[in-house]
Amino acid sequence: MDVLFRNVKELVERAESENKLISEIMIEQEIMITQRTREEIMAQMERNLTVMEEAVEKGLKGVQSVSGLTGGDAVLLQAYIDKGNTLSGPLMLDAVSKAVATNEVNAAMGTICATPTAGSAGVVPGTLFAVKNQLNPTREQMIRYLFTSGAFGFVVANNASISGAAGGCQAEVGSAAAMAAAAIVEMAGGSPQQSSEAFAITMKNMLGLVCDPVAGLVEVPCVKRNAMGASNAVVAADMALAGVTSRIPTDEVIGAMFEIGQSMPSALKETAKGGLAATPTGKWLESKIFGGSVVGSGR
Amino acid sequence: MKFKSVFDVIGPVMIGPSSSHTAGAARIGRVARDLFGRQPEWAKIHLYGSFAETYKGHSTDVAIIGGLLDYDTDDERIKTSFEEAERAGMTFDFIPETGHTEHPNTARVVIGDSQFEMSMMGISIGGGKIEITELNGFPLRLSGNHPAILVVHDDRSGCIANVANCLYRYDINIGHMEVSRRQKGEMALMVIEVDQTVDAVVMDELRQLPNITQVTRIAD
Repeated sequence: MDVLFRNVKELVERAESENKLISEIMIEQEIMITQRTREEIMAQMERNLTVMEEAVEKGLKGVQSVSGLTGGDAVLLQAYIDKGNTLSGPLMLDAVSKAVATNEVNAAMGTICATPTAGSAGVVPGTLFAVKNQLNPTREQMIRYLFTSGAFGFVVANNASISGAAGGCQAEVGSAAAMAAAAIVEMAGGSPQQSSEAFAITMKNMLGLVCDPVAGLVEVPCVKRNAMGASNAVVAADMALAGVTSRIPTDEVIGAMFEIGQSMPSALKETAKGGLAATPTGKWLESKIFGGSVVGSGR
Repeated sequence: MKFKSVFDVIGPVMIGPSSSHTAGAARIGRVARDLFGRQPEWAKIHLYGSFAETYKGHSTDVAIIGGLLDYDTDDERIKTSFEEAERAGMTFDFIPETGHTEHPNTARVVIGDSQFEMSMMGISIGGGKIEITELNGFPLRLSGNHPAILVVHDDRSGCIANVANCLYRYDINIGHMEVSRRQKGEMALMVIEVDQTVDAVVMDELRQLPNITQVTRIAD
């Protein structure tokens, strides 16, 4: 299959040599591969954007999962922001609360857009709708944010993994956060290279993150990992925009993520057998939700 | 490259909570239903690896049944698919398996009615993307790089030529093709990877050809 880029290096080089945005390269590749028109592709991404907006709105009104493990934290965070005395700043907490809102809706079996997965669906929209208030993007720029995220996600999905069962949480929330960081940089007017640096800085700080969902539910710790993924993305974007660079090239960071995922034991890859899922409270919650014995891991 | 479109990464729009264990599972069910060609009366679903360990938490079971009822990943009815299945007259069993499979998210869907039975193995590779690895005991070796169609047919002479001819008429080039059968004269399967998109008109024409039981698009 002919593609315009197979890795981040090629993506950045193409964008810089053609003096185009990363989002534009992604759109051009999508046109080339699917042979659909630009209008169709933009319209489909706008529908995804609308789904994301609706999920954030729903979550900010307050939802509760069937298990009762998650829900309501987005509301708490917004109320706290409104008091006007936050330590990490209103934009940061807004991103966090909107990431949480999306994942709370996901946990409650609401409608979301996977970015790149459902368990990590909060980070990209959470950061987008928070930086939106500061950068005042057009609707098209918001759609482009998703294409920029997608361009980096495309590389990770093909060269490493975006599956928690295959690569741990670093492959899901790690990828989502790094994708978001790259997209924030483009929206803020940074260069394609700076997007790549932001991606690498974020991903490096997500390496090794395991997938250990309590009771196998996409709730604990997933919702809060989306919160921290969003904050990681915002900080890394600021670092890259300030001119900070990654000593390890982005594609090598993605390679490291893949290798770490391969060597991660299966107990820590979405089997609910290790990590937080295997703590006394994790096991107790599991037995409370699904019944059965607390002893042993079988159901 | 397994992920071809940006919408494999930003998408799908879906009912939570897991893209691999819910949306991917729904898609596995739906492809099985599509291959079967009608609403099955019963389903036995074997789950392996992470699917077996966490299917309750991720609503993998609910999603596969939703797929077997022909629901898309964003169909709200997925949430009540067990009740919908009862209304549709479909019985089902889930069997968590301890055996090891190559991919951690694997499901074997065995479905049938009074006339026909079908077995399909699907894997969910992340972000809602799936691959079908086996059909009725035939291993499918799809590269995933190109659109592919599966044609279930009776093992009669001319079937393969007719299908190839039809694709030729629409200027669709075959990149890779495999044919297999269980036994001489019985059910057979063509797996065809093509370079162009096979649209609904072509699919319908293929279905009209003699001795063709079922035609399904796999990758798009």
